[in-house]
Amino acid sequence: MDHAKLERNGIAFALAILGVASIGGIIEIAPLFTIENTIEEAPGMRPYTPLELAGHNIYVREGCYACHSQMVRTLRSDVDRYGHFSLAAESMYDHPHQWGSKRTGPDLARVGQKYSDDWHVAHLAAPRAVVQGSVMPGYPFLSETRLDTRYFSEALTAQVRVGVPYTEEQIANAAKHAAWQADPEAEYEDDLIDAYGDKVQIRDFDGNPNMVSEMDALVAYLQVLGTLVDFDALNPEEIAR
Amino acid sequence: MTRHSALLLQFLVLIIPLLLGLAILGWGREGAYVLHGWLIAGAAGWGMTWLLDKMNDDAPEIPLEYKDDVIKWGVLACFAWGVIGFTIGDVLAWQLAIPSLNGDMFWSNFGRIRPIHTTAVIFGFGGNALIATSFYVVQRTSRARLASETLPWLVFVGYNLFVLLAVTGYPFGITQSKEYAEPEWYADLVLLITWVAYLYLYLKTLSRRAEPHIYVANWYYLGFIVVIAMLHVVNNLAMPISIALPKSYPLFSGVQDAMTQWWYGHNAVGFLLTAGFLGMMYYFLPKAAGRPIYSYRMSILGFWGITFLYLWAGSHHLHYTALPDWVQYLGMTMSIILLVPSWGSVFNGLLTLNGAWDKVRTDPAIRFMMVAILFYGLSTFEGSFLAIRPVNTLSHYTDWTVGHVHAGALGWVAFITFGAMYKMVPWIWKRDGVYSLRLEAWHFWLALMGTLIYVGAMWNSGITQSLMWQTYEPSGAFTYAFIDTVDAMIPYYWMRAIGGFLYLLGALIGSYNIYMTVRGARLPDEGSDAKPLAHPAE
Repeated sequence: MDHAKLERNGIAFALAILGVASIGGIIEIAPLFTIENTIEEAPGMRPYTPLELAGHNIYVREGCYACHSQMVRTLRSDVDRYGHFSLAAESMYDHPHQWGSKRTGPDLARVGQKYSDDWHVAHLAAPRAVVQGSVMPGYPFLSETRLDTRYFSEALTAQVRVGVPYTEEQIANAAKHAAWQADPEAEYEDDLIDAYGDKVQIRDFDGNPNMVSEMDALVAYLQVLGTLVDFDALNPEEIAR
Repeated sequence: MTRHSALLLQFLVLIIPLLLGLAILGWGREGAYVLHGWLIAGAAGWGMTWLLDKMNDDAPEIPLEYKDDVIKWGVLACFAWGVIGFTIGDVLAWQLAIPSLNGDMFWSNFGRIRPIHTTAVIFGFGGNALIATSFYVVQRTSRARLASETLPWLVFVGYNLFVLLAVTGYPFGITQSKEYAEPEWYADLVLLITWVAYLYLYLKTLSRRAEPHIYVANWYYLGFIVVIAMLHVVNNLAMPISIALPKSYPLFSGVQDAMTQWWYGHNAVGFLLTAGFLGMMYYFLPKAAGRPIYSYRMSILGFWGITFLYLWAGSHHLHYTALPDWVQYLGMTMSIILLVPSWGSVFNGLLTLNGAWDKVRTDPAIRFMMVAILFYGLSTFEGSFLAIRPVNTLSHYTDWTVGHVHAGALGWVAFITFGAMYKMVPWIWKRDGVYSLRLEAWHFWLALMGTLIYVGAMWNSGITQSLMWQTYEPSGAFTYAFIDTVDAMIPYYWMRAIGGFLYLLGALIGSYNIYMTVRGARLPDEGSDAKPLAHPAE
């Protein structure tokens, strides 16, 4: 093509840039939505409970992704240290994804149920009291902050609009479900298991039964990370890519 | 379009941010978010009354001069955001060296203030530098005044409002956690409106040019504007929870979201931090050196190579992840090929200095630009290298990536900006050169030392940590616990913080030098070459 012609027309030049620049994205991103084996069938995957989702929101708000990845790569040194490599399905309900880009601290994709709730609460409040030499900031304010549940139904509705399959019943009871999950005394275990399956962890995560705090939410979220998929029931052909 | 209908159109467009701001301040339920509503509504309201005033006035006599007043404010904003961004960056570096500096308060922790640093330097410092110089360059190379008297101001204010909304939101937890696209939906809307106005203004000014050809620097500025618009829209598609809260959920999740994010992230580097600043280089380097661009053909190949290839490279941020392998290999391949147009630009820049190499020794501004091109060459080589899958196993998730980014940001982006600013500031304020060449040289050497210390520390820490992560005992157990690899980082964290401090010190000296230049005596008028050609009335 005669470049001199293009150089004489600003709008044509801008359109040419748009055309040339969009090719890469169209070829690399668009197929990810249509090719079926991009996301595996992973038995056990479910959307977050409202309490876990609130924890995810706090994780996002505090910028945890700046120092922690949630992506075990297929490398031996990753798998040996952190566990089974991450599947695409495991972050299919993460809006946005938290794969991260830096490991100033360790990967958290499979941190769920690796440490006790007490450990997490103490560590988040004062990391160096638990792990000497840690460079992590402390988050003592999480235990003191009551979890704001006012907009939980709206949050789940927004999640449905971006494609997460919450039911009408889950949306309507979102705030109640969150409170029940952190309060075993409330004795609504059966309702929660009906709504989110028998892997829901129901307990007072932050050790303070008087209040559902942001610490409850964050620990509930950390404790579910990487624990949902049943790897024994997984079809190995699904994940061989 | 007549003057009056143009003003009316701008007035009508401003109704959108006005309503947005009013809705937020009326229904918002979080302090910082409500304050943002006031800021948006206030800025839009100010703009509307200002436009109304202009509509009531008689059409003013538009002088046969370049419109440089808004550029002067752009220079000011560039340096102000630069100093803020470098300072916060160094605070973050010290927080890693001495973790108790986090303060453990909600607003002061590393995670919340890191995006203040990245946004202030990329969008505040870099973005303002690009907008200001693009206004300068498009006028001179077109021999035409900016196509509107009001729109440049609206673009400048709208853009800086976006940066202000972004950085004041992060300490209060307003973020969508997508790196370099952290601002929430309402700030994204403010930027979108501003950006469309910027594109319109740029194209309209180009259409008034008295030269038949669009000069190469404008291609790059145009590439920057067009591609950033596309990336911004696609990566920020999100569903707000409620008008009461700033929070939204991005449209994509998991693997698609990760790929979209790094398609965005890598090309924010490609088109804001690379293409835009290449535009700067293609004007200010030949102008300062008094030499023509070495090769026109190489400019064409470089430009279209970068515009085509960069958009494929994002997936190299996701090697060995749950992203399908075919996308990873495609990204790696394109990243390697990308070295060709990148180094094409490097050679084109360096060879432009042929016949003017003595000025590298005598003129610190040209020295800034020359070293910037070297760092550009270094970072693009390093980028292609790190995109190779086995190399990436060593570098990924470590400080090597951080060092790579800063070789580009400190060494290339900021050096070419400082070089261009030391030239442009005396030109637009009509001063007889910079206040002090000595201070300019001090700035140069401090910046260079700071960058080398920073980047050197990060290479060492990155490779050290990665090797420690991968070291096994003969029994098959790991030699090092994760925390051992953190301990090993501390000396490098100190080095990095010191390097960053030197860089900040240089920038402060530079700001003082610019300030004193502006305060200096004005030169007499230079004659017709510094004016646009007369334009036939519309």
